[in-house]
Amino acid sequence: METIFGVPVVALYGQLVLGLINGSFYALLSLGLAVIFGLLRVINFAHGAQFMLGAFTAWLLLNHLGVGYWFALILTPLIVGLLGAVIERTMLRRLYAADPLYGLLFTFGLALVLEGIFRWYFGAAGKPYTPPSDLQGAANLGFMRLPKYRIWVIVASLIMCLSVWALIEKTRLGATLRAATENPTLVQAFGVNVPLLLTFTYALGVGLAAFAGVLAAPIQQVSPLMGSQIIIIVFAVVVVGGMGSIMGAIVTGYMLGLAEALTKVYYAEASNIVIFVIMAVVLLVKPAGLFGKDA
Amino acid sequence: MSSPVLELRNLQTWYGESHILHGVDLHVDRGETVTILGRNGMGKTTTLRSIVGVARKRTGEIRFKGEDLIRTPLHRVAHRGLGFVPEERGIFATLTVMENLLLPPKVAPGGMSLDEIFALFPNLHERRNSPGTKLSGGEQQMLAIARILRTGADTLLLDEPTEGLAPVIVQKIGEALGALRARGMTIVLVEQNFRFAARVSDRFYVMDHGRVALGFPASELAARMDDLHELLGV
Repeated sequence: METIFGVPVVALYGQLVLGLINGSFYALLSLGLAVIFGLLRVINFAHGAQFMLGAFTAWLLLNHLGVGYWFALILTPLIVGLLGAVIERTMLRRLYAADPLYGLLFTFGLALVLEGIFRWYFGAAGKPYTPPSDLQGAANLGFMRLPKYRIWVIVASLIMCLSVWALIEKTRLGATLRAATENPTLVQAFGVNVPLLLTFTYALGVGLAAFAGVLAAPIQQVSPLMGSQIIIIVFAVVVVGGMGSIMGAIVTGYMLGLAEALTKVYYAEASNIVIFVIMAVVLLVKPAGLFGKDA
Repeated sequence: MSSPVLELRNLQTWYGESHILHGVDLHVDRGETVTILGRNGMGKTTTLRSIVGVARKRTGEIRFKGEDLIRTPLHRVAHRGLGFVPEERGIFATLTVMENLLLPPKVAPGGMSLDEIFALFPNLHERRNSPGTKLSGGEQQMLAIARILRTGADTLLLDEPTEGLAPVIVQKIGEALGALRARGMTIVLVEQNFRFAARVSDRFYVMDHGRVALGFPASELAARMDDLHELLGV
């Protein structure tokens, strides 16, 4: 059997594909965080809770209203994004003039409240969410059999990440967002409703977290703590990529998913900490992150 | 004489605790080019920033087309037809020339088309896909003016458009202002370059310590030179 550094190639490929699946979630979530931080300068600690909210909304839509996966994938980001817009307009925007630490503390508190409510109401145990019937079963990739749903997760994440990148880098709305990130006061003086743009941006970031939550629901158990488990890793991804860098967040998300998978193959004991070790090294060598602009 | 399109009454402005404008009174009629002169730190830039609303802590009255702008949200001011070209030019580094040009929304019909803008500033057409900050100082100034002309604003606030520019570029900016005056645009200019301002203006205000110390029409320029020497050191 062919091996690379003593590891069978088939096993290596298998782990890399699994790394790509984890990387898909890291990329989607860190992209949302980067979009929000880029314009609002808010480190959205509630992102994990909003990811959980996405998964729970899909679960509630299915179990209480009979709304299936595909509709939930479209509806949930809109519902949770709208909730994000309400949070931004009624609470978060009051903190823009204050030290950025207040935004961080507010979103941290919001995460605790959201998770607390769901734990109280639904309990801590995970709830199953069955993949849609057309994505059940496995596909043969040649070197491994992979559940079709997991292949879909990689494809959906790539499509969404590239769409958001194109929205920000290739459209007039994106140009306005980038300009407002540089100099919001001047953009406002040009007649752009920047407060509305901030609401849209927060809703977009939150909607991305919810989209990731729906994608995760059939893979993970839908539980109130599912967000807090992944969000710490995602913050490390954002730090490695560079705060506010859109392409940095996407590429680093996939890259660190793969790095984690490779570590699992060669030294499984370190797989839980490898992302944080990379983060520490990047902070020491290039504090602005791999794709961030040095101050 | 037509009624003023812009009128400031007892305008006072603060940056934090610093009291910068101490009661500015001036007016600008439709189609006029009015220049605000003054030494550094006398409040010229703050006056423009207060009119637009970039400087928010203000009292007094800023009447533009009859509406008091003090109570108008910042993003609505431009939609009244007021275009602002800031001193630092405000070219966005992450945007191309074309993206910078298309950034401000149209606020009224009658703005210049891209073809007209490129005819006025041919350099911008050649550099339209370059990042905005890769332009020379002169090209950046042209871009800063051009992007406002597209919006249909009928009143232009220009803060030191010739600062740091080569004479040939200053001449080009002067030609552009001439073209805008011919279109009937109202222009408020803040300028340190007295010779440039003297060529393009209908009236002058001279600011001193946060107040208007002197106001006179261009026809009185020669007779006011002693006052200008004293206030500006020219």
